[in-house]
Amino acid sequence: MNVLIYAEHEHGQLKGETAKLLSAAERFAGESHVLVAGDNCQAVAEQVAHLAGVSKVLVAEHSCYAHQLAEPVSQLIEQLASDYDVILAASTTTGKNLLPRVAALLDVNQISDVIEIQTADTFVRPFYAGNAIATVKSLDSKKVLTIRTAAFDSVLNTGQAEIVSLDKVFENGQSRFIDETQTKSARPELTAADVIISGGRGMQSGENFVLLEGIADKLGAAIGASRAAVDAGFVPNDLQVGQTGKIVAPNLYIAVGISGAIQHLAGMKDSKIIVAINKDEDAPIFQVADYGLVGDLFEILPQLEAQL
Amino acid sequence: MKILVPIKRVVDYNVKVKVNREETGVDLTNVKMAINPFCEIALEEAIRLKEKGIASEVVTVSIGPQVCQEQLRTGLALGADRAILIESEQAPDALSIAKLLRQVVENEQPGLVILGKQAIDSDNNQTGQMLAALLGWPQGTFASKLEVKDNEAWVTREVDGGLQTLALTLPAIVTTDLRLNEPRYASLPNIMKAKRKPIDVIAVADLGIAVNSNVQTIKVTPPAKREAGIKVASVAELVEKLKNEAKVIG
Ligand SMILES: Cc1cc2nc3c(=O)[nH]c(=O)nc-3n(C[C@H](O)[C@H](O)[C@H](O)COP(=O)(O)OP(=O)(O)OC[C@H]3O[C@@H](n4cnc5c(N)ncnc54)[C@H](O)[C@@H]3O)c2cc1C
Repeated sequence: MNVLIYAEHEHGQLKGETAKLLSAAERFAGESHVLVAGDNCQAVAEQVAHLAGVSKVLVAEHSCYAHQLAEPVSQLIEQLASDYDVILAASTTTGKNLLPRVAALLDVNQISDVIEIQTADTFVRPFYAGNAIATVKSLDSKKVLTIRTAAFDSVLNTGQAEIVSLDKVFENGQSRFIDETQTKSARPELTAADVIISGGRGMQSGENFVLLEGIADKLGAAIGASRAAVDAGFVPNDLQVGQTGKIVAPNLYIAVGISGAIQHLAGMKDSKIIVAINKDEDAPIFQVADYGLVGDLFEILPQLEAQL
Repeated sequence: MKILVPIKRVVDYNVKVKVNREETGVDLTNVKMAINPFCEIALEEAIRLKEKGIASEVVTVSIGPQVCQEQLRTGLALGADRAILIESEQAPDALSIAKLLRQVVENEQPGLVILGKQAIDSDNNQTGQMLAALLGWPQGTFASKLEVKDNEAWVTREVDGGLQTLALTLPAIVTTDLRLNEPRYASLPNIMKAKRKPIDVIAVADLGIAVNSNVQTIKVTPPAKREAGIKVASVAELVEKLKNEAKVIG
């Protein structure tokens, strides 16, 4: 079965998800082709070509694909789809925005958030905020899947695939890019970090997040947050970990001033080691924590930074 | 302009669901049900657009069994003008839901459809995007801000790297994220008034759309259980454990 993978990129850099989608694609035992669409993406295509398991890189370079808006990109994938049995994208906001649109154009369903590919038509995915795990079988002619990349390893950089240019253009009179604000950070991306330290409502203000930053600097950690901390405006939305934010599974997750609501746990309970710092010894976060420290975070955090 | 808001009846977000003994699904007996929180945000946004004079009518629709009338009634109490129930005893797959909604859109001709980005039961995050594809409309997903100006909807989207703003030509599809608004509570007089607002019930069969279940659930299991660990007494003990026992820091 041949697989088409949608590659995400930004500022000429391929994002890490593609290497993981390629190892998911291996399960279908066919050729894996990777689509790179954008307005200036030759460099990205080169990066893709070096990934193991890629048999062909398809590059659609045109201003209509700038910002990878769903309307033109879904039409492009629809046009290519007849050559493929499986279409994969990551469960990122880009993949979630795009792939259901592709599935509907192809008159098939999409299976979201796949964590395991059992056979060519049977997949495992969490639902109900990760409180239940479903094994589902797709009867549709094509399989359109978004993949939780945290559940798959990256392929190596040992490939040498052919790059093919596409000249398909879908002018988009429906949606216009206005602007974007990107949260700038020198820290690792949340979904790729080995260590994450997250703050919740208990942090009390955005300024107090400096207490986490000192520790993050020492551990090379990414900073995350609960919904309550984002809603209160302490930190930007892209730091939210949880059922409806980012799903993370680092080696070490430190939850500070976070109660441990179902929706937050859904995003981090697959972390290897969980540390909880909370003044309420009955906080539900302690039920999933390997190491719990009961106390006032404003006393604990400076000590922790000093002792690392 | 008319706004259509599809809503879903789901388990209340405070309920921690459990997988049933047969491992065929989750146990929903005597569990509190509610409007999906993201759908509630969608409804709130539509009602605010009506209060600002931008929308003329807010119509809410749900697909499911008779009992979904409870959630539609709540939607009417919150401020929707009328409601439609597409009555269906079995659960159609996501694509079929989108096709049923397309038919409702064709009948109602709204200028804007606002949906929740995801239902907290299936966690699919698909319906709005599928509906947009079927209608050939533009989409603004995961909205944290929505402004309607001239013939466009300006949507600020919560994306992995931050925020992105798009201008969509109407008619368009918008799906909501958590920061779009804080839904109101229904007041007692509005709950009383809602009892007299109309709910149109249409049987799926009468819409003339083939409904499928092309995604079959084979098995449902509980997630791997995580045992609670230990409480440490001090920062020094925590650092020592992380270094020497868990070996996750250097
Ligand atoms: C549809 C929906 C989707 C949602 N999605 C998400 C999601 O993706 N991610 C998410 O996180 N939430 C999500 N939520 C929200 C979730 O239900 C909780 O409301 C939220 O996670 C609570 O955040 P919190 O733990 O920071 O705040 P709280 O629950 O208020 O907890 C604060 C904690 O800080 C502790 N604390 C306070 N002061 C101190 C101190 N000085 N020292 C030590 N500890 C202190 C308190 O003891 C308490 O345990 C969602 C909710 C809904 C309805």
